[in-house]
Amino acid sequence: MLSQFLQFLFSGITVGATYALAALGFTLIYNASNVINFAQGEFIMVGGMLAFFFMQSGIPMPLAILLAIAISALVGILLVKLAIEPARDAEVVALIIITLGASLVIRGVIQIWLGKGVHSYPAFSGNEPIQIAGATLLPQSLWVLAITALVVVALWYFFSRTLAGKAILATSCNRLAAQLVGINTQRVLLVSFALSAALGAIGGVLLTPITLTSYDVGIMLGLKGFVAAVVGGLGSGLGAVLGGLLVGIIEAMAAGYISSAYKDAIPFILILFILFFMPRGIFGAQVTERV
Amino acid sequence: MALLEVDNLSKAFGGVMAVQNVSFAVERGLVYSVIGPNGAGKTTLFNLITGVYTPTEGDIRLDGQSIAGAAPHELAVKGMARTFQNLQICMNMTALENVMVGAHLQLDRNLVRSMLRFPGIARRDRELKEEARELMRFVGLQSYWNLDASSMPYGALKRLEIARALAAKPQILFLDEPASGLNSKETAEIDELVRKVADNHVTVVLVEHDMKMVMNISDRILVLDYGKKLTEGSATEVRENPDVIAAYLGSNV
Amino acid sequence: MNALKRHCALMFLAGVLLLLPLALPNNYYYDIAIHMAINAIIVLGLNLLIGFAGQISLGHAGFIGIGAYASAILPTHFGWHPIFAMVAGAAMASAIAAIVARPIFRLKGHYLAMATLGLGIIIAIVIKNEAAYTGGPDGMPVAALGLMGFSISGEKQWYWVLAVMLLFSFWAAQNLIDSPFGRALRALHGSEVAAQVMGVDIVRYKAAIFVLSAFFASLMGSVTAHYVGFVAPNIADFFHSIELMIMVVIGGMASIYGSLIGAVLLTALPQALSTFEGWETVAYGSILLLCMIFMPKGLVPTLAARFGRNDQEEH
Repeated sequence: MLSQFLQFLFSGITVGATYALAALGFTLIYNASNVINFAQGEFIMVGGMLAFFFMQSGIPMPLAILLAIAISALVGILLVKLAIEPARDAEVVALIIITLGASLVIRGVIQIWLGKGVHSYPAFSGNEPIQIAGATLLPQSLWVLAITALVVVALWYFFSRTLAGKAILATSCNRLAAQLVGINTQRVLLVSFALSAALGAIGGVLLTPITLTSYDVGIMLGLKGFVAAVVGGLGSGLGAVLGGLLVGIIEAMAAGYISSAYKDAIPFILILFILFFMPRGIFGAQVTERV
Repeated sequence: MALLEVDNLSKAFGGVMAVQNVSFAVERGLVYSVIGPNGAGKTTLFNLITGVYTPTEGDIRLDGQSIAGAAPHELAVKGMARTFQNLQICMNMTALENVMVGAHLQLDRNLVRSMLRFPGIARRDRELKEEARELMRFVGLQSYWNLDASSMPYGALKRLEIARALAAKPQILFLDEPASGLNSKETAEIDELVRKVADNHVTVVLVEHDMKMVMNISDRILVLDYGKKLTEGSATEVRENPDVIAAYLGSNV
Repeated sequence: MNALKRHCALMFLAGVLLLLPLALPNNYYYDIAIHMAINAIIVLGLNLLIGFAGQISLGHAGFIGIGAYASAILPTHFGWHPIFAMVAGAAMASAIAAIVARPIFRLKGHYLAMATLGLGIIIAIVIKNEAAYTGGPDGMPVAALGLMGFSISGEKQWYWVLAVMLLFSFWAAQNLIDSPFGRALRALHGSEVAAQVMGVDIVRYKAAIFVLSAFFASLMGSVTAHYVGFVAPNIADFFHSIELMIMVVIGGMASIYGSLIGAVLLTALPQALSTFEGWETVAYGSILLLCMIFMPKGLVPTLAARFGRNDQEEH
C-alpha cells in the first residue's frame, strides 16, 4: 500500500519537477511581456533532442548538455527577435497565435533535421534503482529533483538579490515605469526568453533518460507546464513551482489509482476545475479593472 | 419620490474606502452634478450606481426599487444609460453602428430569427438606421455617420458616446466627465448639448471638473471629497460654501 | 456591409459554386473542393466566435470529433438512423458547449485559451481511449448518409449538398452580423463594459455564439464522417484545432469571405506541400507567423482596407 503510494509519489514529483521548470519559464515570460509562450514546450524538447544529438556525435556528456541548453537559449532569443518584437502591439489572440506558429516552426525544424524517432541517452549516474520503503526511485529522478531545486534557488537569488533580476520584475510590474527609470525593457524581454528557454531545456535534458525524447514531446509537456503555471497562479514564481509539483503528483496518482489511459487528460481536467472555481490560481493576484 | 436615491453607499477596495457613507437623491428632470477634487470617488460612485462595481455597504434605489449590486445590463433595462470618462467606444465598428447598439434593448435580439433574417428584423434595422442618423445630427455629428469610429477625433467620440447613450431612450443619463480633454469651444458645445438633453426630459447626472460648465447647467450639485459627501445644494450655495473652497483651493487661502 | 453588397457577394459565391464543376477535371478535385467547403463552414462558425466576438477557441476540433463520432457510433453500434445520429451529435456538442460556456466565458485572454484548449484535448483523449465504441486510435468506418432509401454517394452528389450548405451558412452568417444580435457581438468585442451598459449580457452572448459555432462544427464533423466513410481520432486533436485557427487568422478575422479564402488556401496547402514531405509543420508555422506579424487582420481585411477606405468624412 505504502510502497505503491510512494511509487506514484516519486514518479509524480519527478515529472512534476519538469512541469515546474516549464511553468517557471511561462511565468517568467508572462511577467516580462504579458505573453503566454506556447512554444515553451518546444524548448524542453529541444534540450533533450540536442543533448542526444551532441552525445551521439561523440561530444562528452557534460559539454553536450551545456551546448544543448545554450542553443535552446539562443532559440529563445531568435523567437523574440523574429516573432515577438515585430508584432509588438498585437492583441492577445495574435500573440498566442504567433507563439503557436513559432512552436510549429521549432518542432518542424527538429523533425526535419533529426527525424521522428524516439531517442534517449544514459542516465547521469547509472540506472541502479534505489529502494525506499518498498518503492523504487531511479537515481536520475534524484538528479531531476536536485538540479531543479538548485535552479529554483538560483532564480530566487537572482530575482531578489541582483539588480538584473529586479529589473526584470520591475518591467513586469509596469513596463513604462521601468523604461522611465532607465531599464532596457528590450533587453529584459530577450533575457526572459533566453532564461525561459534555458529552464525548459534543463528540464528536458534531465528528464530524457527517464521518459525518452522525440520531436513531438514538447506539445504535451508545454501544455502541462502551462496548466501548472495557471494552477499556481500565473505570474507567481512560487506558484509555478508548487503548481508543477502538484500537477505532476495528481497526474501520477490519478494514473496509478484510477486509470492510466486517461493520464494525459488529468492535468486538463484539473485546469478546467481550477479555471472554473479559482481562476487566479493558488497564489495569483486579485486584479480590479479600472473603467 | 426621487428618481434616484443613494443611501449610505460605501465601497472599499482592500483597505481603501473609495466611497464612504454617501447619501443623496436626484429628482426627476433635473441636471445633477457631482464634483470634487481628483480621487474624490466620483467615477467610483458612478460605477457603483451603474452596476460596474458592487457596493460594500448601502443601498441604491431607482424609482423606489433597490438596484444595488445589479449587473449593468440589467440596469440598462431599467432605463439607465451612461458615458465613460475613458471613452468606451467600439473602435471595431462604424460611428452609426455604435449608436445603433445603444438601442439594443428595443430590438429583436433572437439568434435564430437574426440568422434567417425575418422581415421584422430587417425593417426595424432600417428604421433604426434613420433614428441613429437623427441622433447623430442631434449631437452635431451629422458628417461622421458613415465613418469608422477609429478614424474620428476625440471630441467627436465624446459626443458619439452621448448619442449612443441617448439611443437607449434612457430615463436617467450618467455623463462621466463629458468635457474632459476638450478645449473651451468644444466644452461650450457639450454644455449646450447637455442642456438640450435635459430639455428633452431626460434626468442627467453629471461628473465634471469644468466649473464654469457645472455652475452653468446644474440644478443641484453634490460635492465629494476623499470619498465622503462634503455638501449638497444649488450652484450658488455650493460656490459659497467654505468647506468646498477649502477642499478645492486649500484652507490657507 | 449594405444590402446591395451582401446580395452581390452571395450571388457571386452562388455563381462560382455553380460553375466550378466545369473546371474540375476529375473526382480528386471534387474531393478537394468538398473539403474546402466543409472547412469553410466550420471556419465561418469559428470566425464568428474569434473574429467577431473577439473570443478564442483552441479546442474546436473537439466539437467536430463529437459530431463525427456520433455519426459513426450511433448508427453502427446502436442502429440509429444517420440523420438522428447527426442531430444527436450536434445536440451533444451544443450541450457540452453550453455547460462549459458560462464558467469559461467569465475568463479572458490566456485563461480562456487554456480552458478551450483543455476541453478539446479531453474530448480527443476520450475518443482515443474508448476503443470499444470508437475503434480507438485506428478509427472506425461510417455508414452512408441517406434519407428514405436514397443515400448520398459519390463526390459529385456530395459537392452539390455541400454547395447548398455553404451558401446557406454564408447567408445566415451575413444576416447574423448585420442584425441586433450581431452588432451586440461586435460591440462586446469592441468594449465589453460599453456593451454591458447598453443591455448586452455579455456572458450570455459569448455563450450563445460559442454554442452556435460548436453546433456547426459538430454538423460538419458528421458530414465529414459520412462523406469520407471513415473517422479517426485525429479529427478531434489539437493539431486540427490549430489548422482551423490558422484558417480563421489567414483569411481574416471578422471577415465572412475571409473565412472562405482561409479555408480554401489552407485546404489546398497540404496538396501543394505534398511534394515537400515533412515540411508541413514548418510551413504551417511559418505561414502563421508571417501572417500574424505582417497581416494581423488577415488577408481579406488587409486587402479590403487597401482598396477601399472608410475613413473619409462625408458632407
